[in-house]
Amino acid sequence: MVDVCFYFQVHQPLRLRPYTVFDIGKGSSYFNEQKNREILDRVAKKCYLPANAIMLELLDKHPEFRASYSLSGVVLEQLMSHQPRAVDSFRELAKTGRVEFLDETYHHSLAFVYSKPEFIEQVKLHNRLIRNVFGKSPKVFRNTELIYRNEVAAIAEKMGYEGVLAEGADHVLGWRSPNFIYKPKGTKKISLLLKNYRLSDDIAFRFSERSWAEWPLTAEKFAKWVSNANGNGSVVNLFMDYETFGEHQWPETGIFNFMKKLPEEILKHPDNGFVTPSEAIRKHKQVAELDVPLLVSWADVERDLSAWTGNSMQQSALKQVYAMEQDIRNSGDAQLLEDWRRMQVSDHYYYMCTKWFADGDVHKYFNPYDSPYDGFIAFMNILSDIRERLKKSGEEKAMKAALNAAIGVDA
Amino acid sequence: MKVLMFGWEFPPMNTGGLGTACYGLTKGLSQNGIDIVLVLPQAAAEADRHGFLKIRSANIANIKVKPVKSAMAAYMSPSQYEQHMLKMKGIKPIYGSNLFEEVERFAHEATRIAREEQFDIIHAHDWMTYEAGIAAKKASGKPLVVHVHATEFDRTGGLGANEHVYHIEKEGMQQADAVIAVSGYTKQKIIEHYGIPESKIRVVHNAIDRDDIPKVYAERNPGQKTVLYLGRITLQKGPDYFIEAAKKALESEPNIRFIVAGSGDMEQAVIEKAAGLGIGHNVLFAGYLKNDDIHKAYRMADLYVMPSVSEPFGITPLEAVMNNTPVIISKQSGVKEVLKHSLQVDFWDIDQMANKMVAALRYKEMHSELQRNSYDEVSRLSWSSSAQKCIDVYNSLRGV
Repeated sequence: MVDVCFYFQVHQPLRLRPYTVFDIGKGSSYFNEQKNREILDRVAKKCYLPANAIMLELLDKHPEFRASYSLSGVVLEQLMSHQPRAVDSFRELAKTGRVEFLDETYHHSLAFVYSKPEFIEQVKLHNRLIRNVFGKSPKVFRNTELIYRNEVAAIAEKMGYEGVLAEGADHVLGWRSPNFIYKPKGTKKISLLLKNYRLSDDIAFRFSERSWAEWPLTAEKFAKWVSNANGNGSVVNLFMDYETFGEHQWPETGIFNFMKKLPEEILKHPDNGFVTPSEAIRKHKQVAELDVPLLVSWADVERDLSAWTGNSMQQSALKQVYAMEQDIRNSGDAQLLEDWRRMQVSDHYYYMCTKWFADGDVHKYFNPYDSPYDGFIAFMNILSDIRERLKKSGEEKAMKAALNAAIGVDA
Repeated sequence: MKVLMFGWEFPPMNTGGLGTACYGLTKGLSQNGIDIVLVLPQAAAEADRHGFLKIRSANIANIKVKPVKSAMAAYMSPSQYEQHMLKMKGIKPIYGSNLFEEVERFAHEATRIAREEQFDIIHAHDWMTYEAGIAAKKASGKPLVVHVHATEFDRTGGLGANEHVYHIEKEGMQQADAVIAVSGYTKQKIIEHYGIPESKIRVVHNAIDRDDIPKVYAERNPGQKTVLYLGRITLQKGPDYFIEAAKKALESEPNIRFIVAGSGDMEQAVIEKAAGLGIGHNVLFAGYLKNDDIHKAYRMADLYVMPSVSEPFGITPLEAVMNNTPVIISKQSGVKEVLKHSLQVDFWDIDQMANKMVAALRYKEMHSELQRNSYDEVSRLSWSSSAQKCIDVYNSLRGV
């Protein structure tokens, strides 16, 4: 018996303006409103709306069908302001009761790696937002870009989550199959779901690749591959960016028709079914403990963190951002806190990645910059501005405190 | 295979990238076993003995140089040539009274040489040699390759292109069996301005060989960052944009020294502009530099800027990179196609140029990242592999 577990990542960053050194201290805005709006509108039109319509259709047609999503706080915020129809269509999916929404960090950040308190706060912020928008508190957690090690599961468990998602990378699994539920090392109850990266990437990356031996990929063929897991697994986790539908794979590639037919083909095999992550955890037992001491992610061929932390610019940018944490909190300035958090959106660091840059590569997608250096310059200039604001706010606070002390008022 | 090659300038007597590119390509072709008869104007050929000694010492002896009497340099415009001739009044009248006569005489000599020599392919570099190339083709019936290092549209920034030069260029490209462009950027210009079909054009990027970078010693000044401009001070090279960006950068970082190295018809205007903007103290004019001094200048600099209005290729950024100096290059250039690890700006975007100057000096992590990555990137280029692409073009014309 094989259950297919679909999980789609929905995220669009807040891209920065080409902020120059001359903008520092002038109160100019950090974000490229126009570009962000343009891309959001395009993705909503090309992916979120049509794909959600298809999912709703499939849910209607097949009572067995299930899907799950994680929307970053950053994208959901943008959708609520500019694409309320897309938010409504996600709500429609939620209403079926057969679509699950997961938690992640609100700012799609790398906070887990650099600051646990900040990480926990962002997860809580996200949880509150999802509860407000979809009326239900998520029970399963996935970290930004499936960044994972044992500790992610341990913290998620402590926060009350029942499941956590991760990349089923070869160097993590060894001889083991991703098609089972595992128990993360150092936890009591929480379950680990691992991405079947071969089958997931067949859809997400290879679907339209004409040089691929299996091209063209039909729903029938894919369903057969899924069925092959029978006898060697209980759940096939197909995790991918939602933008696969209509953006990474254009409509002309036939990706929508593929998805429309897939459930039907998968259900042709009497032992096959669909589950949400929560259902998978309840239905299938943990088969073994899995020890993942080092960080993995779903990015690039390396499946590590090098896409965000591989070069000295990225490392320096991250170090400087998280070094500000205490001062930002102490400032008590809500706007500063929010701007600081927006600087944590992982995409900023992804755009600074220099590996493969000269060859032109996937990091280009939705990337507002011509080069990683341009991304770094804008980022660092903004950070300088935040630092100046922080200094100013500290000075104002000190002045107020001094004034209060002078007139005998408790601060 | 033997190539009859027409060049116009050669190191160390070159005033620009054409000579450097011809030298590199000739060397690369010899390394690939191609025999070359190189025809150069007298002045260039004389001075080039030095350049050729280098090749000979590398045990490559399959190049023969044929000098043709001439008085001029590649980057002179027709009007500059006339002024030059006025200054050289005392000189024997073997030279033409204007640049076009000079070019024609070169072509006339080409017919004679083409009859004397045995060869399989004719390869002509830039418009001054195109007529020679065509003449040699007529005399021998061998296929002609013209190599476009620059067009009249680059040299004049699109303003006041010389009709006569344009016609010689166009004629050369039309008569040629294949056109080699030094970049995709130049290829586009050839298609748009000269109406040459895309199928006839091949892109062969210029290169650089590590061995050609002299080992010189120069230290960076730890107390004051240096930003370098090095090139002819002419409209095409955008020196005025450099000065304006310098002015802007100094508003944010007052302790930067800008060096302008080179000479040209805009030199006085640029000096005056710097003074007029009140940044005379921060801008040094180093004049025309030669040989090792060029490389010392790169090494001393923390940052090299090439703000060209239109640069068909642009070898100087590659030289800067091989001297461990990161670069800002104009997006209106061909070199950006092979130098991704650089900061790039539109030549007219003073704000971004200044922003990137300051950022490159201020953010050490990026400076070292650029140094390392661009050095790796440029190290992978070689004249030998560029020459191999030319050989592919030769072979396609010979039906091999």
